[in-house]
Amino acid sequence: MARTRDRNARGQTLAAAAGNGLIDRRALLGRGMVFAGAISAGVGPSSAAAGAEPLADDPWSLEVGEPMPLYQVPSKFEAKVARTLSNPNFEPRNSHARTPHHLLEGTTTPNGLHFAINHGGVPTIDPDQHRLVIHGLVKRPLEFTLETLSRYPMSSRVSFLECGGNSAPMFSPEPMQETVQALHGLVSCAEWTGIKLSSLLEETGIDPAAKWLIAEGADSPHLSRSVPVKKALDDAMIALYQNGERLMPGNGYPMRLLLPGYEGNMNVKFLRRIKLVEQPAMSMYEARTYSQILPDGKAYRFYFLQEVKSFITKPSHGQTLKGPGLYEISGIAYSGTGRIEKVMVSADGGQSWAQAALQEPVLSKAFTRFRMPWHWNGGPATLQSRAWDEAGNVQPTRAEFVAARGELTKPPPILGFPNQHYNSITSWGVASDGEVKHVYA
Amino acid sequence: MFTLERAAFTASLLLAMTTGASLAETPNLGKPIDEAAIAAWDISILPDGTGLPKGSGTPAQGAKIYAEKCTACHGDNGKGGAAAALVSDHGLAGINAAQKTIRNFWPYSTTIFDFIRRAMPFQMPRSLTDDEVYALTAYILAENKLIGANDMMDAQTLPKVKMPNRDNFIIRFPDRI
Repeated sequence: MARTRDRNARGQTLAAAAGNGLIDRRALLGRGMVFAGAISAGVGPSSAAAGAEPLADDPWSLEVGEPMPLYQVPSKFEAKVARTLSNPNFEPRNSHARTPHHLLEGTTTPNGLHFAINHGGVPTIDPDQHRLVIHGLVKRPLEFTLETLSRYPMSSRVSFLECGGNSAPMFSPEPMQETVQALHGLVSCAEWTGIKLSSLLEETGIDPAAKWLIAEGADSPHLSRSVPVKKALDDAMIALYQNGERLMPGNGYPMRLLLPGYEGNMNVKFLRRIKLVEQPAMSMYEARTYSQILPDGKAYRFYFLQEVKSFITKPSHGQTLKGPGLYEISGIAYSGTGRIEKVMVSADGGQSWAQAALQEPVLSKAFTRFRMPWHWNGGPATLQSRAWDEAGNVQPTRAEFVAARGELTKPPPILGFPNQHYNSITSWGVASDGEVKHVYA
Repeated sequence: MFTLERAAFTASLLLAMTTGASLAETPNLGKPIDEAAIAAWDISILPDGTGLPKGSGTPAQGAKIYAEKCTACHGDNGKGGAAAALVSDHGLAGINAAQKTIRNFWPYSTTIFDFIRRAMPFQMPRSLTDDEVYALTAYILAENKLIGANDMMDAQTLPKVKMPNRDNFIIRFPDRI
């Protein structure tokens, strides 16, 4: 039996890849035997079948089901798979909705669960009346409608979008006992389809003096951000579609600016105006909100980039492992710089590491799903993931991050944004009873 | 790798399009519009004062408008309420963003004018006249002791107000600009 347990379907040894039960990721290729191993290790149905309950038809197998709706929604049994709202009573301030990563799989965030922050409610925009104007330091100021934009050549790209304030609760000096949704729920990933901004700027022409553009929304705060022309000509898009359908209202319907890898607030929603200028506008969101206080009292400006990051979604805080045996550790990695190069996983708080399997496709500036087989022996474990991107950037440990950026003197309100651009390793502690909690390690 | 080859192909295609392209290669469906027609939308202001409109206001004028339209959220005399305080004199200690104030953090006075004009009052944005926005900006600056109690703010005077924290910023990734 021991011999069987240690081999996968191809007869390869299921080598321990790192301490505390991490198994070589190549074991994932031979799943059948991995689970056979798990059975012999005491997980799954007993091999003694005596006493098993006889199967009978369930009620839904004996009657006709429901008619199909025009637009389908998830099963009523999935009602808990929902965003959390920061401002459910719609008080006169901004509203956040966070993605439930611990209840999702793969790399695509369903449109109804994409995170959003809106600063003046979600506007109800008539797509036939909406206009996009490009003007300022251009040769020909132009006005576009949704109808005319729909005639332009389009392209699709998968891109994560992350609020600059995502993961801010980790600036706390103590690990806040919160789910991955509360800690990291302000990032999502979708396939966006639209028109390259560079092709519209080609039509307007650009005055060489233009170094920035000011993007402005049609929402009540007329939210505006300054964006370097450099980014506009690189990979900026006027996005019209999200995962194949028109943008969700809360995500910018009918059109938004998409700046792959740059902080969410710059990806101006309900986009109605782009003005090319020589210098940044220093709007409130760039001059105040998205400038980050540093430990020496100075502050970062124009951070823009969402740096390399990963976190384990399964298992994660609030979940409970049901007995020792084989589990899959799985999570999300992404970088605003490009593709994820590798993800390392530890089950012993960073003393030893093993390389996780990266699920294809591994796309630039998009979620990459990583997976790692793990045999939990029932003892304490500390699970961590650490990502590298193709430019060689590595996700910092918490100690490295705090040394550079500081931490708070006391835990912040869980919905607060005490600082931004937090990207260190997240640690989940597994207790002997299987309970998973947020820890610092 | 397949993906790298595809990226290289896409890049070369893009290069070909942008270098060799003429206007004929886009649908050219943008409708020409002159700046006069955009004027009502064009509320962009730069920190050097570019784009500031005509008009003016004083702290005393602003105090009256503030009491009527701003206290419900921002509290009496800008001391804070359901929304952030606008007037305070504490400094920065530690990294918590909650302590940022106009006086200790905001680098440019034009940002105050810009944000009020585009986003305030919360329930009725764009309802203030430019004179009222200048007056409210003057009131907030004076209450923060950044200008004198009788200083009038207009397109010339506002950009000249020196904010205390202006030179305390570091551009995070200069090569991305």
